Amino acid sequence: MSPEAAHHPHVPGLAHHFDSLEQQTEATTLGMWVFLVTEVLFFGGLFMVYTVYRTLYPEAFAAASHTLDITLGTINTAVLITSSLTMALAVHAAQLGQRKLIMIFLIATMALGSVFLGIKGVEYYSKFVEHHVPGASFHFEEPQLAAHAQIFFSLYFLMTGLHALHMIIGFGIMLFMLGWTWKGTITAEYYSPIEIAGLYWHFVDIVWIFLFPLLYLLGGRGH
Amino acid sequence: MATSTVLIPPRHYLNDGYGIKSWLLTRDHKRIALLYLASVTLFFFVGGAMAVLIRLDLATPAGDLVTDETYNKLFTMHGVMMVFFFLIPVIPSVLGNFLVPIMIGAKDLAFPKLNLFSWYIYVVGGLFTLYALVTGGVDTGWTFYTPFSTVSSTTNVVPTALGIFITGFSSILTGLNFIVTIHRMRAPGLTWFRMPLFLWSTYATSLINVLGTPVIAITVLLVAAERVFHFGFFDPRLGGDPVLFQHLFWFYSHPAVYIMVLPAMGVVSELVAAGCRKPVFGYSFVAFASLAIAVLGFLVWGHHMFVAGESVYSALIFSILSFLVAIPSAVKVFNWTATMYKGAVSWETPMLYAYGFIGLFTIGGLTGLFLAAVGLDVHVTDTYFIVAHFHYIMVGGTIMGYLGGLHYWWPKISGRLYNEGLAKLSAGIIFVGFNLTFFPQFVLGYLGMPRRYHAYPPDFQVLNVLSSAGASILGVGYLVPMVYLMWSLRYGRLAGSNPWGAVGLEWTTTSPPPTENFAETPIVTWDAYDYHAPVEGHVA
Repeated sequence: MSPEAAHHPHVPGLAHHFDSLEQQTEATTLGMWVFLVTEVLFFGGLFMVYTVYRTLYPEAFAAASHTLDITLGTINTAVLITSSLTMALAVHAAQLGQRKLIMIFLIATMALGSVFLGIKGVEYYSKFVEHHVPGASFHFEEPQLAAHAQIFFSLYFLMTGLHALHMIIGFGIMLFMLGWTWKGTITAEYYSPIEIAGLYWHFVDIVWIFLFPLLYLLGGRGH
Repeated sequence: MATSTVLIPPRHYLNDGYGIKSWLLTRDHKRIALLYLASVTLFFFVGGAMAVLIRLDLATPAGDLVTDETYNKLFTMHGVMMVFFFLIPVIPSVLGNFLVPIMIGAKDLAFPKLNLFSWYIYVVGGLFTLYALVTGGVDTGWTFYTPFSTVSSTTNVVPTALGIFITGFSSILTGLNFIVTIHRMRAPGLTWFRMPLFLWSTYATSLINVLGTPVIAITVLLVAAERVFHFGFFDPRLGGDPVLFQHLFWFYSHPAVYIMVLPAMGVVSELVAAGCRKPVFGYSFVAFASLAIAVLGFLVWGHHMFVAGESVYSALIFSILSFLVAIPSAVKVFNWTATMYKGAVSWETPMLYAYGFIGLFTIGGLTGLFLAAVGLDVHVTDTYFIVAHFHYIMVGGTIMGYLGGLHYWWPKISGRLYNEGLAKLSAGIIFVGFNLTFFPQFVLGYLGMPRRYHAYPPDFQVLNVLSSAGASILGVGYLVPMVYLMWSLRYGRLAGSNPWGAVGLEWTTTSPPPTENFAETPIVTWDAYDYHAPVEGHVA
């Protein structure tokens, strides 16, 4: 690195300890990928627990899975995939430096995310009404499967709850991105924050792509 | 050694702003390293105080000092404090934070704000755990085995688990920061195979942190959730499987041993090269051995469950895989020894710790092979043999490496030299105290004394008294460096940029370094440990 390059004269968005925007973009992108690897292992612990108990108690898991509302689950899957599309469009707009479009697509992504969480809330509420929330008032229609069904519902609430928490964190990130776009920090030269936010959002989406079949589509729904 | 012509640089990271705010809001990796130094030292002495009480109690067969409930809490909190709040963070967060950017010729870590945030997470997690301690403690052992921890124990399991959960993110984010920094921030010319071995081991450690820590995070979260909501994951009465907890726990907690010892190995590579004025023998083997330990470390957790109903076949496979870890570990030990061969071997303090590390790690590692052998492990499981084994690795390995590194880089950190005579003396005290504390425990364990017991048959008293006596010597050994290092901050002779005549980028900048580390970005044209070329900046 030449001494001139080290004394970069005010490149917008460039932190003092990086030599160039390119280096900064590479570092922040790698940082998000490493973080997502951590996230995979974080959810991985729960998927492990799920695998063990589904193998041990397939009947109870199928019976408990059938009480979930598959229509709402499917709608939510579609909503979330669409939000990934709007997110990708926001990244595309950012690459072109189209400030207005970035904001429109970010807001659309958040709106779709809110629809997802709203539907999730409706589902949680009906589980609450049906006494399917684990704990003292837990009740399952087939008593011989009740204990093991409770493990299923524990996993259901933990996994979808953790997923929802990640979406809420995603909203926080989106708000930051909206602010930066509004202020004009995001340009065609410096759009990596939007791209990195996008990586995160797609990851949260992919987690759901695994959760949906594992939780909703067990044991054949034909009957 | 440096002479009287040494001057302190007019501008350095320690005088770049004063006052509490300049520290608590700093983004300078060197200041954050010192924040960690203060906080891990605090936890070390809290955990150490409990060790003192444990050893005092065990001086008599009846355990006259504390009640059995208190004793259970003491060894639990000792383990929790030492493992999660001292041994795991200590070298990466103190020495790693200080050195990684300097060793690669960068101005800072890739994410300085995230680095400061990691320290705050660590502190918050620590406060949770201290809260659990002062409001009654926890008695599950640091392993939180279920269903005792989820159903039976009436102590503060939830705040302790949350403390560990929170602190885990500090490890994850620090590891992430190091990985990105090492990948993307190296100075021009600093290729992977020109990097100091400390960076290789820090990199390997960071991989484990990023891959393993999230699993313990979700595991302790499950324990806390199960206690509060009675999910039944680990409760046999509800169809849960307590052994599943052990799998999840050791999937992280065995690699965690390598999180503790790999950075110490990295430190020792630096100490041996500088102490022998030679490149480390078989550089690339030592570098790859770090990665091999990180990878193999993830495949051996089952050796903690030989007696927990694991099938014979999986036990055999875990046994073989555990034996494999001995290969990269031995590569390191042999290569350090080969480095010393015909080297101008130094007897200065950092090197004394390196000798200590190599000897004690060898004993700790070889006894690890005893435990990897299924039949022998069944005999000594849950005895003092295990306790002695892992203390040889964690205390004899990690703490020796840490103290060696702290002494070696102290002149760089503080700009001043400590009292060499006192430092040598305390290194000796620590070595003697350590062996007197823990060697008798090998014997006790082999004779059948179980771990975590409050009382024992009178036959075992002699060995226990020896161990307790050793612990008091060890305690003194740890206090003395506190005193002379603090003293040196004010009264120590000025160190100059390179008091050891060592090579490495950190010795080419001033002591203490300026906030941006280097006046201009260095260009690296030499290999690590290039002791044949004239040493830059060394005041002879």
